[in-house]
Amino acid sequence: MALLKSNKVIYCLGNISPSLGALSIRNSSWWGGVQMGPPDPILGVTEAYKRDTNTKKMNLGVGAYRDDQGKPFVLSCVRKAEAMIAAKQLDKEYLPIGGLGEFNKACAQLALGADNEVLKSGRSITVQTISGTGSLRIGANFLSRFHGGPRDVYLPKPSWGNHTPIFRDAGMQLKAYRYYDPSTCGFDFKGALEDISKIPEQSVILLHACAHNPTGVDPRPEQWKEIADIAKKRNLLVFFDMAYQGFASGDIDRDAWAVRYFIEQGHTILLSQSFAKNMGLYGERVGGFTVVCNDAEEAKRVESQLKILIRPIYSNPPMNGARIANTILNTPELRALWLEEVHGMANRIIKMRELLVAGLKKHGSSHNWQHVIDQIGMFCFTGLKPEQVERLTKEFSVYMTKDGRISMAGVTSGNVGYLAEAIHAVTK
Amino acid sequence: MSLFSDVPQAPPVAVFKLTADFREDSHSQKVNLGVGAYRTDDCQPWVLPVVKKVERLIVEDSSLNHEYLPILGLPEFRSAASKVALGDDSPAIKENRVGGVQSLGGTGALRIGAEFLRRWYSGVNNTATPVYVSAPTWENHNGVFADAGFKDIRPYHYWDAEKRGLDLNGLLDDLEKAPEHSIFVLHACAHNPTGTDPTQEEWKKIAEVMKRRKLFVFFDSAYQGFASGSLDKDAWAIRFFVSEGFELLVAQSFSKNFGLYNERVGNLTVVAQDSDNLTRILSQMEKIVRTTWSNPPSQGARIVSKTLNCPELFAEWKDNVKTMADRVLLMRDQLKTKLQALGTPGTWDHITQQIGMFSFTGLNPKQVEYMIKEKHVYLMASGRINMCGLTTKNIDYVAQSIHEAVTKVQ
Repeated sequence: MALLKSNKVIYCLGNISPSLGALSIRNSSWWGGVQMGPPDPILGVTEAYKRDTNTKKMNLGVGAYRDDQGKPFVLSCVRKAEAMIAAKQLDKEYLPIGGLGEFNKACAQLALGADNEVLKSGRSITVQTISGTGSLRIGANFLSRFHGGPRDVYLPKPSWGNHTPIFRDAGMQLKAYRYYDPSTCGFDFKGALEDISKIPEQSVILLHACAHNPTGVDPRPEQWKEIADIAKKRNLLVFFDMAYQGFASGDIDRDAWAVRYFIEQGHTILLSQSFAKNMGLYGERVGGFTVVCNDAEEAKRVESQLKILIRPIYSNPPMNGARIANTILNTPELRALWLEEVHGMANRIIKMRELLVAGLKKHGSSHNWQHVIDQIGMFCFTGLKPEQVERLTKEFSVYMTKDGRISMAGVTSGNVGYLAEAIHAVTK
Repeated sequence: MSLFSDVPQAPPVAVFKLTADFREDSHSQKVNLGVGAYRTDDCQPWVLPVVKKVERLIVEDSSLNHEYLPILGLPEFRSAASKVALGDDSPAIKENRVGGVQSLGGTGALRIGAEFLRRWYSGVNNTATPVYVSAPTWENHNGVFADAGFKDIRPYHYWDAEKRGLDLNGLLDDLEKAPEHSIFVLHACAHNPTGTDPTQEEWKKIAEVMKRRKLFVFFDSAYQGFASGSLDKDAWAIRFFVSEGFELLVAQSFSKNFGLYNERVGNLTVVAQDSDNLTRILSQMEKIVRTTWSNPPSQGARIVSKTLNCPELFAEWKDNVKTMADRVLLMRDQLKTKLQALGTPGTWDHITQQIGMFSFTGLNPKQVEYMIKEKHVYLMASGRINMCGLTTKNIDYVAQSIHEAVTKVQ
């Protein structure tokens, strides 16, 4: 009883004693029992960073790309697309529930390859979604309503922090398979295969298509092949999360290799795509959700049910970002420019990884930092322990998530030296 | 064997199917009185002049980027949006107990509000708490609350088909009989689909019962400004309830009054008892938003925010809104006049008494079918028409079609 929240106690007393009840009516609100929600672990890092007055502070928290001056980067292809769109003076009529048709087609083609048999046969459905989060949520809701298999979704350990609450809020349960090996700061291939081979049939397994978040550790092609094989043997439903196509290696086809291979091997996958990072369209919320089916008829049925799920959440998706993405993907010069700019972003990240390791070596660090170079994409799992992370933040104003993840996008040639110095200081 | 072999084909959403059928129809005199979007007298979509102006400003502002908005949305948008609903001099705002959650249209605001209520209202886990929606109501209300987890969604009396007006006694009776703490979805103005709103006196009676019976008020405000042409007049009910001390939610849409349909601009206004409650509520709203869409789209909110926060643009916007409202009023007037001139059986006063985009004509399903199949005039099976689909060019044809439907089909 002593542990009851005070509001609940007042409520209970109110039921027993009328005079205390009057007290409760005067002071009560509908929301007295609402607890303070914890700050979001990732976005909370940025909040803390903003409050810091140290001029050398670094925000290595949230995964948003920054240029070498540490500034947000609006791609030229985006600006050009926006100008083209503005000139057309288009209306603002509602999109269909499933979104902009042209965009959906281009989105699927980007992921699967324009000449993919799946697209030719019409046996997939792609709907426009509210970026990657919205896509995952629609997928989770779809699974919750229609998946006849176990309620468990298997995530790699670790995974993006928001995966768990998304699936949970949709009514699914979460389990994990081994993925990251802290002793090597690399892929625990053996552990992953062992765990995956034990997953009950028809369970859902979520895979990061490329640039694993938070570790930056991706399987090699031969390893992907074995994963695909065992997933097929276990009859698992594969759900790919691809938030970084193009951003990982700089090459969109290379980054989509795993997705395409799995499809080739006969997996009827679910796929979430985001254009937040690779087109820098973060706040415009551009994404897609794809279900690869057995045939076109099934795809139609699935599409109809996706619409039924979407309508009571937000009716139909926002136009602006999808128009921009569609214009880029379908205008040859803009598409070529985009591929160049994506390549440029990926290259800058790769360069920062190299400079960071060089800097650490220069300071005389005795640790092996090869993983910083081997890992791919926006994030680096440094291997730093929570106490070291805390020191980095408190003593050096370097902000990152507690798991030791840093966003390489926040590193510039101007601050990489400071970062090396700081990391060396807490690890020597 | 596919995991999805048993997925049944879902029925299409009626209002969108109607538009799809309309599009495929090749009849030269076809008229679409279905989906609720404003049309000019040339039957064209209308991008508000103030919106065009602001969009140009945004495109030309090279300091703007596409970074993520905060989870709860653009701060200037949220505060301005809540102010539009509650009034410039709202005591609740002054007392720091009003907050906003930028959402994807009115639908998004309703859904976030519903998810919050299911988790946190009246204790926790409110799947059994009754949610009352008007009979009839916007059909998506049911889906929103059902998918948010509410198992007990009930109708409350609203439309009196016989007298073609508000069934106030039925409504009040439902309020009296509803279990305490039930949630009621109220249309702030321009009721969809009936166009029938309570008068101020009727709202006062509704509020009195709701307060006494401890019922929760969830306003759906999709047409502020669009109904009467006056933002303040259309927000009267919301402001009255707030002044009566209710803690409530308001799902606001800027789809219609800003013509920003496809940018998905909405705001869930939270009026709490005090700022401490508000803080905790908003922290939980964040958690819900984070697993739904993470953070909302920026374009539409920027447009609305710039407009609402700049006096000249705000004035221009109010003017644009009045233009739309006035055209609707004109069409109502003309339709009634023409039906009366044709001697169409029945009374047609409800056409001008009803308010907002929609009119519940009173046509029955058979008559509606006649309208669609024989006359190529598309309207909802409920008899709801979108007044915006009427123009000076098609109104004679529509009036004539209604006349035929009523006289030929019973």
